[in-house]
Amino acid sequence: MTIGLGHYLTVAAILFTLGIFGIFINRKNVIIILMSIELMLLAVNINLVAFSSFHGDLVGQIFALFVLTVAAAEAAIGLAILVVYFRNRGNIAVEDINLMKG
Amino acid sequence: MIAQALAFYLFAGIAVIAGFMVISARNPVHSVLFLILAFFNAAGLFILLGAEFLGLLMVVVYVGAVAVLFLFVVMMLDIDFVELRQGFRDYLHIGVPITIVVLLELIFAVAVSAVSSDAVNSAVNPIPPVEEVSNMRAIGHLLYTDYFLLFQLAGMILLVAMIGAIVLTHRRRDGVRRQNIYEQVTRAPADSIEVRDVKPGQGI
Repeated sequence: MTIGLGHYLTVAAILFTLGIFGIFINRKNVIIILMSIELMLLAVNINLVAFSSFHGDLVGQIFALFVLTVAAAEAAIGLAILVVYFRNRGNIAVEDINLMKG
Repeated sequence: MIAQALAFYLFAGIAVIAGFMVISARNPVHSVLFLILAFFNAAGLFILLGAEFLGLLMVVVYVGAVAVLFLFVVMMLDIDFVELRQGFRDYLHIGVPITIVVLLELIFAVAVSAVSSDAVNSAVNPIPPVEEVSNMRAIGHLLYTDYFLLFQLAGMILLVAMIGAIVLTHRRRDGVRRQNIYEQVTRAPADSIEVRDVKPGQGI
């Protein structure tokens, strides 16, 4: 009944896969896609902290801290872009974001 | 030991269920709330792993900042979310195989990997015993010495994100009275005060 490294890695793998799956099935909703990316970053963080704990090395936790920072910045910028896009186009459907193709 | 295992399965189970609900909930507000739940349980897992500082930071950053940001945006934008869910089934035939492949690969990687005892013994910055140095103190000690430059860069990233978000969403409206510091400072008495000679009994 001992919880080992593999247990944590499995949870992280499932969460990461859920993030990928969320991006695929919610192709139209940018907000859910952003949340899926947050889920994937969370899974990565769980991996980092689990390795840090089981290897007895503190650097993993430091790295998880930086991942957390970047995730927060990414969410802020992503949502800002979303708000600007909604102001210009009136919807947030991903399929309509093809203006740059000319 | 049993209690620890039970706590792990509780946190992990709820985190996975919440993660699934994030991507499958009909209402985006529910998705955000399930995201919060997933992060709460991940924080529980962190604390189980002995990373109290990161676990609590997770709660502060995600529940306190990111989730509120998501909620604001979801509630502020006037979107027909039912319409956005139309293509749900269209992408299943691509999404399901890729998801299964990724999951199998990850589980395979987990299954075949083994932590060698060398890795444990050759830690760059070993975790000090919790009885002597707390987790937060150890992280702070490492962060402000070896990783100080990266710490500063993380601050710069946050600053850039903050300024970027403000610049992107800021909108200059016409017809709104606003303070113009330059005009205020460069204003001279000559062009703002007029001295008039008012004759008695006549007024201006």
